[in-house]
Amino acid sequence: MQLPIYLDYASTTPADPRVVKKMQECLSLDGNFGNPASRSHAFGWKAEEATEEARQHVADLVNCDPREIVWTSGATESDNLAIKGAARFYKTKGNHIITSKIEHKAVLDSCRQLEREGFDITYLDPDSNGIISPDLVKESLTDKTILVSLMHINNEIGVVNDIKAIGEITREAGIIFHVDAAQSTGKLPIDLSEIKVDLMSFSAHKTYGPKGIGAMYASRKPRVRLEAQIHGGGHERGMRSGTLATHQIVGMGEAFRIAKVDMDEDNKRIEKLRNKFWGAIKDMEEVYLNGDEISRAPGFLNVSFNYVEGESLIMALKDIAVSSGSACTSASLEPSYVLRALGLKDELAHSSIRFAIGRFTTEEEVEYTIDLVRDSVEKLRTLSPLWDMYKDGVDLDTIEWAEG
Amino acid sequence: MAYSKKVVEKFENTLNEPEKNSVGRWDPSDLDIGTGMVGAPACGDVMRLQIKCKPEKNSHVISDVKFKTYGCGSAIASSSELVDMLIGKTLEEAREIKNKDIANALDLPPIKIHCSVLAEDSIHKAIEDYESKL
Repeated sequence: MQLPIYLDYASTTPADPRVVKKMQECLSLDGNFGNPASRSHAFGWKAEEATEEARQHVADLVNCDPREIVWTSGATESDNLAIKGAARFYKTKGNHIITSKIEHKAVLDSCRQLEREGFDITYLDPDSNGIISPDLVKESLTDKTILVSLMHINNEIGVVNDIKAIGEITREAGIIFHVDAAQSTGKLPIDLSEIKVDLMSFSAHKTYGPKGIGAMYASRKPRVRLEAQIHGGGHERGMRSGTLATHQIVGMGEAFRIAKVDMDEDNKRIEKLRNKFWGAIKDMEEVYLNGDEISRAPGFLNVSFNYVEGESLIMALKDIAVSSGSACTSASLEPSYVLRALGLKDELAHSSIRFAIGRFTTEEEVEYTIDLVRDSVEKLRTLSPLWDMYKDGVDLDTIEWAEG
Repeated sequence: MAYSKKVVEKFENTLNEPEKNSVGRWDPSDLDIGTGMVGAPACGDVMRLQIKCKPEKNSHVISDVKFKTYGCGSAIASSSELVDMLIGKTLEEAREIKNKDIANALDLPPIKIHCSVLAEDSIHKAIEDYESKL
């Protein structure tokens, strides 16, 4: 076993070796380096063939028409294009948009920008288990609503929204539904011929593809229209200009092809490791699982170790790569807005660690991590005055703290 | 967060050998003990500093220190560093310790300066508590 151990697969994944090989074939003179937009020679035709094959792989994974896939630089750009593009196109129909408090910043910041442009945004509260209730979406619709944007799998806690049920509501009301599915591909099956989603964002690097490439699904039936956000050359049917990055696109295509083939087996294994992990730490005192236990994607384990600050735990787990909802790991010095929106007290948000298991995680690595987590939490509690107080039976909420 | 080697070492030593690094607690009602607790759980750091003092000549000297800290790695390292500075000092000398001294000793990154401020506050609170019992 090699140290450090990577348990941050929800942040990014290593490219699968099969993906790397495909990408390498699209760069140099003896490879497929042409510009897919070059119509006048074989280099261009060959490159176009490769990008179209990749487009088919992406479409196959989510069961849509390849003409409904638009290449972007990643899920952040897809979210921007979907939200700002749809809002600006349909602004004469209404100015109300619905999203949630636990979306990715790419969605939240796009919505903030639209607020500055005069749109009204409703930020829905999740249930305490992290799920956005379809009923709440329904109740929040107004005659001015033009767009609902919600994530499929939450990137911090791995909770899964019922996008099928929400899609029924929005489609019936004639409102565009955008889903950020950056975390979903390869983790959950998506069938766009079944669910009524108009726009969906994808990322390659969360699914063992390269960084810097993503895609957006834009439904043809019914047809959703967008205002382009990047202009110049009219690539991707005018929705996203810019020379197609053949090697990146081919990498994403291969990653998504593999995801379709390997998904069931990968997930069975990952789920088993995740359950083993949680099963081995849940008996510890004052340890809480964040997010719904049932409606959850495989691989995610977001846990709060009460009375232990998350960043110090990460430092103690120095051979394990994980992330935390602690303020001390963020540039803003604010604890996770996702965990706070779930109603977690600040101190539990500060004490949270996200373990994210993936395709290359081994059982040995999980066992090593379990032992280290148990040992480190115990050591840090020895250092913690809050742990003393808890053990003494002091209710921390009754203390008047000098600060905050 | 890329910490200096000093922060990492201080943190790891404190974690692995707590007793040797003055981690612990005394009964705060003892007359020779001054206790200072600063910070808040909601802010992500709480320090409890305890000084054991004895009268000497015209002053009082800190003969031993114990602490516990809930917080990020640099908060734990800052309190541990402070302990090293306090032992053997008179209360007057201890009051002179500034957060900058701790920040410099550990090469704290700018975003973590508040950890050293908290450590400085804990001394003042502990001395205040001790003196209130005299």
